[in-house]
Amino acid sequence: MNTMVPAAVNVEALKDTTLLNMGIFALFVAVTMVIVFRASRNNKTAADYYAAGRSFTGSQNGTAIAGDYLSAASFLGITGAIAINGYDGFLYSIGFLVAWLVALLLVAELLRNTGKFTMADVLSFRLRQRPVRIAAALSTLAVCFFYLLAQMAGAGSLISLLLGISDWGGQALVIIVVGALMIMYVLIGGMKGTTWVQIIKAILLIAGAGVMTAMVLAIYGFNLSSLLGSAAEAANNPAILNPGLQYGKTETSKLDFMSLGLALVLGTAALPHVLMRFYTVPTAKEARKSVVWAIWLIGLFYLFTLVLGYGAAALVGAETIKSAPGGVNSAAPLLAFHLGGPLLLGFISAVAFATILAVVAGLTITAAASFAHDIYANVIAKGKADAITEVKVARRTVLVIGVLAILGGIFANGQNVAFLVALAFAVAASANLPTIVYSLFWKKFTTQGAVWSMYGGLAAAILLITFSPVVSGAKTSMIPGANFALFPLSNPGIVSIPLAFFLGWLGTVLDKRREDPAKQAEMEVRSLTGVGAEKAVDH
Amino acid sequence: MGNDAQPQDATASVDFQEVQQTERFKTLRKRHRSFVFPMAVVFLLWYFAYVLLADYAVGFMSIKVWGNINVGLILGLLQFVTTFGITAWYVSYSNRKLDPIAAEIRNEIEGHEFDKDGNVISGAAK
Repeated sequence: MNTMVPAAVNVEALKDTTLLNMGIFALFVAVTMVIVFRASRNNKTAADYYAAGRSFTGSQNGTAIAGDYLSAASFLGITGAIAINGYDGFLYSIGFLVAWLVALLLVAELLRNTGKFTMADVLSFRLRQRPVRIAAALSTLAVCFFYLLAQMAGAGSLISLLLGISDWGGQALVIIVVGALMIMYVLIGGMKGTTWVQIIKAILLIAGAGVMTAMVLAIYGFNLSSLLGSAAEAANNPAILNPGLQYGKTETSKLDFMSLGLALVLGTAALPHVLMRFYTVPTAKEARKSVVWAIWLIGLFYLFTLVLGYGAAALVGAETIKSAPGGVNSAAPLLAFHLGGPLLLGFISAVAFATILAVVAGLTITAAASFAHDIYANVIAKGKADAITEVKVARRTVLVIGVLAILGGIFANGQNVAFLVALAFAVAASANLPTIVYSLFWKKFTTQGAVWSMYGGLAAAILLITFSPVVSGAKTSMIPGANFALFPLSNPGIVSIPLAFFLGWLGTVLDKRREDPAKQAEMEVRSLTGVGAEKAVDH
Repeated sequence: MGNDAQPQDATASVDFQEVQQTERFKTLRKRHRSFVFPMAVVFLLWYFAYVLLADYAVGFMSIKVWGNINVGLILGLLQFVTTFGITAWYVSYSNRKLDPIAAEIRNEIEGHEFDKDGNVISGAAK
């Protein structure tokens, strides 16, 4: 089987497929636009706009969650990481998957039962509204911003490979087009349109990865062991099958990996755009079903990426991948080209674009909802804004965020995508998770605890990142020339997450004010029984 | 249509503290917590044990068990298996032990059995 030499992939030949790639992508955009238009006809109320009228079923929402979660970082990033670093790339996918148990067991259903539109609804339920809501909205916006930046930065490097556009201006133009499309989806379609885009994309992505996996396995007679053997042989390094290639170099890098593992497993259940998806279903039982569907789909997908990553290592070769435009991220598209020629490459490229588009749309609507619902309606207008004005504000926020994302994407073009995503996870786990858990399960938790934990976690995560080797002091840093890296780890989670939990506890025990026990009783009863939770909206 | 006009919630007059004190609600809360907390501890310990092994016991993880398939890969795939397993277990537990009792309490509240003006009207387990 070793006749499948890396030279079989000619990077130059990729450029001939640009038109085909664009054609398939245009088809995706056309089909989803029609669906978004159809879905938007019933967008009348805030519940319609933010929560799709709570009309999705658990299986639909679960598929959409998978669509939201399996970002370009998952698909291109993990496949590439396994192809280059072998086993250490696989470790990412395990953290990303196991994390869903936190969402399933501790968060999803209780959250669906207690909130309406945003994460802040839940966090401020039994605490003082203004301070908690502002803190929750700010951390929502911060997480969405980092996640958005990662997706838009990823778009740039993808483009260089998939469309053969390598000059900065051309890439900027494509980022503008991607951003403008995303704004249209969210403006017109609201949550319903966005959800349908996620569902279609998830199906295409998982099906495409499934077909490629079957093709790779077929080459090796459906024998995983011989695929692994061939990958090790092509890499000329048997250690590609063992842990430690990327993170085992020094004691610091080992500690860094622990920190990353912590952020991954605790971050998922605190990502605002994932949490918001639970409001699109009518009941807690459907929220549970959503997570179950998401776990199966995401798990299946990560099993595919294991095969695809080692398949790319064996069939394309690490050297070809590294030297291709787009670098590590090009492993999956190059493998598609090797397996199915221009047509499969075109399909996979279009899916990768759709992935970015869909994830960016999901993030944008989350950030817009948080601004309009939490900051505008509840803090600025003090709860007196009517729903029509609120949705109008949300739509305008979509425009602002869209423009910011486009600008950020143009300037972040070429930055390390995986780092930005890991940062978003670390910020979510530090700023949001302690307060979510305390407010759902700890009777004595107070406003001061929530505020200390959220701001403390947010500030610690961002400060530690600023003074980490990610920003300065190393060859791969954002500012390679300077060196103010006082903190040795690239991921702040191992410090900032325990700190945020500690601050939540400390703020509470030092708080002289007590919260209203009636509110605590109401939240507990509502969260477990689902009484009074807003049901599906009929049209 | 949505309920943006914020019609008076049917549960606005409910005395939730009274519901919280009922034996039935305490049972529901105990059943929920006695499942999710230990399970969360177990899977987090198992996940971190795996991460520590991959981080600090590379030699052990690299032992080949069958062909090119080593301990690390098997433990990694077992993480998938336990995630799927815990998911299925939780769903079946909820369907059997949590949903029926939650539905009972919900129906009673929505049937105005815990209104603040006056005590339990009928049927609620005190």
